[in-house]
Amino acid sequence: MNTAIVDPMIPVPYQVRSFQKELSDTFTIELTPASGRRPFHFKPGQFNMLYAYGTGEVPISMSGDPADPSKVVHTIRAVGTVTDTLMALREGDNIGLRGPFGSSWPVEAAEGHDLIIVTGGIGLAPLRPAIYHVLKHRKKYGKVCIFYGARTPEDILFRKDLESWRGRFDMYADVTVDRGTGDWAGPVGVVTNLITRGRFDPHHTVAFVCGPEIMMRFSVQTLNGLGVTNDRIHVSMERNMKCAVGLCGFCQFGPTFVCKDGPVFRFDRIQKIFPVREL
Amino acid sequence: MVQIDGLGKLLAEHPFFRGMDDAAMEVIAGCAANERINADTYLFREGGAADKFYLVRHGTIALEFHVPGRDPVVLSTVHEGEIFGWSWMVPPFTWTFDAKAIELTRLVSLDAKCLRGKIESDHSLGYDLLSRFIPVLADRLNAARLQMIDMYGRP
Repeated sequence: MNTAIVDPMIPVPYQVRSFQKELSDTFTIELTPASGRRPFHFKPGQFNMLYAYGTGEVPISMSGDPADPSKVVHTIRAVGTVTDTLMALREGDNIGLRGPFGSSWPVEAAEGHDLIIVTGGIGLAPLRPAIYHVLKHRKKYGKVCIFYGARTPEDILFRKDLESWRGRFDMYADVTVDRGTGDWAGPVGVVTNLITRGRFDPHHTVAFVCGPEIMMRFSVQTLNGLGVTNDRIHVSMERNMKCAVGLCGFCQFGPTFVCKDGPVFRFDRIQKIFPVREL
Repeated sequence: MVQIDGLGKLLAEHPFFRGMDDAAMEVIAGCAANERINADTYLFREGGAADKFYLVRHGTIALEFHVPGRDPVVLSTVHEGEIFGWSWMVPPFTWTFDAKAIELTRLVSLDAKCLRGKIESDHSLGYDLLSRFIPVLADRLNAARLQMIDMYGRP
């Protein structure tokens, strides 16, 4: 039961509890309701509409732990007017929040399977809640592999998390960069290379994929080539959104709305429209 | 013979040669040698004679490009179960990049002159080898294109 939504179109005031710079253009904010504490429940992969007063609204996925309803955590890349404004926020500032909205990563349906998480750049943020969930219920899954790609070593998001996941004995995590710089001694190359190096049972694997659309396109091809079928691949789509409840049509994606039917889609359900240009 | 049998087994276990028939495997093994290279050591440099190609058994090799006045640019890394070095197939048979071991790396090298001779006299072996090389080259080309477009850059 969603307790956070009163009227889905009316933003609720939230206060910035903490601000953390992650990368040169990426930051994480932790929010708490301005009118006292209230639990905020969400599912991994869902998003909120964040309203920078006087500037505008943007859809941003949650990046925190879904098991902790006391925090609303968002990791944001500043790429436009609204996100630039959000980047200027500091502890104690207020913003409006509507949500949570959208579909989620099928973490429960993936139980009993190997789980492959393929992600790149800021795409790790919407997947981090799913990773938290899976690690909390680790015994319910087969092999768990995370493959993450970044532009350079300096652009690796959540480096401490990745190092901690890589250090665990019950999962596999690997990171590659498109351009090796400095004293980087890890893999250099595209993230799809990591998929082919991973050791998992493709016929009993569920894959979650999130990143730039072209990265997802090639990741799906690579997964298909290894034998992972489209009904076991899930991707998170990104489109401009306005209402977030499937009314305005702004985020229409073929016969679906990304805000309401997505952002997480089972790939076989969108495979025909996924490659269509200008959709 | 014992040595060739051992190398033949190593080759047969490598993903690149998976499924190759025994007779062809034995011919290829005749051109093979075991190699080991220490960390931070160059295996070859751009412009040198491309007299071998390599299968990685264990370790990591960085394929680098030398840019005057800058640190070497790592184009990609090659890992266990992968191959590198296609210049042996293309005249004038010279390396087009540097290869450096990132860590202690064990390889099987295949002598290019030996292989070219065998392919010349056995075209079906050449076809088999090419049909293994071309998917690797296509993957590398696709990967290079993806790296080139800077997909994680600002939208």
